[in-house]
Amino acid sequence: MLELKNVSFGVNTEEGEKEIIRDVSMTVEDNQFLVITGPNGGGKSTLARLIVGIEKPDSGKILFNGEDITDRSVTERARMGISFAFQQPVKFKGIQVIDLLRIASGKQLTVSEACEYLSEVGLCARDYIEREVNSSLSGGEMKRIEIATVIARDTKLSVFDEPEAGIDLWSFKNLIQVFVRMQSRNKGSIIIISHQERILNIADKIVVINSGRVEKSGPKDEILPSLLGTSSAVNACQQLERGGSI
Amino acid sequence: MLDEIQKRLLKEVADLDKLPVGAFNIRANGKAEARNSTAHIEITPKTDVSGIDIRIKPGTKNESVHIPVVMNQSGLKEMVYNDFYVGEDCDVVIVAGCGIDNCGGKDSEHDGIHRFYVGKNSKVKYIEKHFGSGTGKGKRILNPGTEVYLDENSVMEMEMTQIKGVDDTVRTTKAELKEGARLVVRERLMTHGDQNADSSYAVSLNGKKSSADVVSRGVARDRSRQKLELKITGNAPCSGHTECDSIIMDDAKILAVPSLEANDLDAALVHEAAIGKIAGDQIIKLMTLGLTEEEAEEQIISGFLK
Repeated sequence: MLELKNVSFGVNTEEGEKEIIRDVSMTVEDNQFLVITGPNGGGKSTLARLIVGIEKPDSGKILFNGEDITDRSVTERARMGISFAFQQPVKFKGIQVIDLLRIASGKQLTVSEACEYLSEVGLCARDYIEREVNSSLSGGEMKRIEIATVIARDTKLSVFDEPEAGIDLWSFKNLIQVFVRMQSRNKGSIIIISHQERILNIADKIVVINSGRVEKSGPKDEILPSLLGTSSAVNACQQLERGGSI
Repeated sequence: MLDEIQKRLLKEVADLDKLPVGAFNIRANGKAEARNSTAHIEITPKTDVSGIDIRIKPGTKNESVHIPVVMNQSGLKEMVYNDFYVGEDCDVVIVAGCGIDNCGGKDSEHDGIHRFYVGKNSKVKYIEKHFGSGTGKGKRILNPGTEVYLDENSVMEMEMTQIKGVDDTVRTTKAELKEGARLVVRERLMTHGDQNADSSYAVSLNGKKSSADVVSRGVARDRSRQKLELKITGNAPCSGHTECDSIIMDDAKILAVPSLEANDLDAALVHEAAIGKIAGDQIIKLMTLGLTEEEAEEQIISGFLK
């Protein structure tokens, strides 16, 4: 279980200190599928970075399975069982897909084991296993490899920051299936930062973050209807079919 | 007989646990330790200077030559000339490399000139690793000079690696290519401590449709210094590409000097050069996978130098 208690976080700007997260408290139960949505610039990604330890709160506490992890490093939190999929997957020169999967799983994976993780995200494993994680991969491929590394970690909590950003419609439809499968395995809690209706639709719980605060929070059936048609619940398929991007 | 340190050096530079299959010449502390010629590859010592001639008969395919050098006598300095005459229509692998272990107070130095004369339509893969170890104050110095002459439609692929322990190195590589010939170079350099590495390439594309692809990747750590000069001259309708990509760390210094010269209207030449530190998000990404900051850095460097 993950608990955020009165977490606040700000940054120094030219105009003085700017509060990005204001007194946020929320709970993610074991095996819960939680989606954080809200308008752009509302603080969603910052919240994800606070949970995985990339940023440290100015005040408040973060507890993971009852233990205070507020001052724990990214590495320590990762080893305690928190995974993170970046909104913009990081590229590396020379590091191959199989290397990343091996680091993620913490095991000397065989090629066939590594292939299973790639198949899970809809990539034909043989074509990718030895590819370098560099600019030769498309945005959609990078995203799927990023998700495969989180699956390979097999941790108690997985945090995904806008997994749908920058991918094509075909990939998006498959992505939903990946999350449905992860959810049905019921092996850990999942937090997804997203304002896509299709993703919100498979959530157990929805939290709406606006201007750094929790605006609304509750079971999907209670929250989703009020979000439909707003920027917090976008229909990706319609948007892409109209020629836009997600 | 090789001693334990020499055996370790041999493993490091040529990946050899025992005598290799095929033709070989193993040089230890300035003397030939073991030598073997085969039906197609003849190795003979030079009579005027220190070194060997390696003659590969035309049509030799899928054979290899190993010529590693190991040194663990502090204060030894040597200059060696090795000439490779590769006949026409060959396909061979040549493994060279030098390992120096210096536990003493005097500098140890191996300077080697390798000259390759590659015949028409032949393909050569050349693998060279340089490595230094030992706790002595004496420096480990390696100055390899390489000259490559590629005849029509021949191909040479060179993997040149210096990863650890060489205090001072001046690497000079020169190549001349005739019609249809191709040169591919993959250099990997890492310097640490107070080491100094200079590496220069001068490739002349003299024949029609000749081509070269020279890529050097380097990591400079601590207070080390690297200078990389990559030059391609196009004297005919040809294509050339150089890439010099470096990671800078700590208080290191790197100078990259790419240069292109075209003396023909149809010479198509490109260079790329980049120097930068390890990106912070790369380290954070690997930390989210459970590595410490130091482990993440090592992983990024070893991937980059792979």
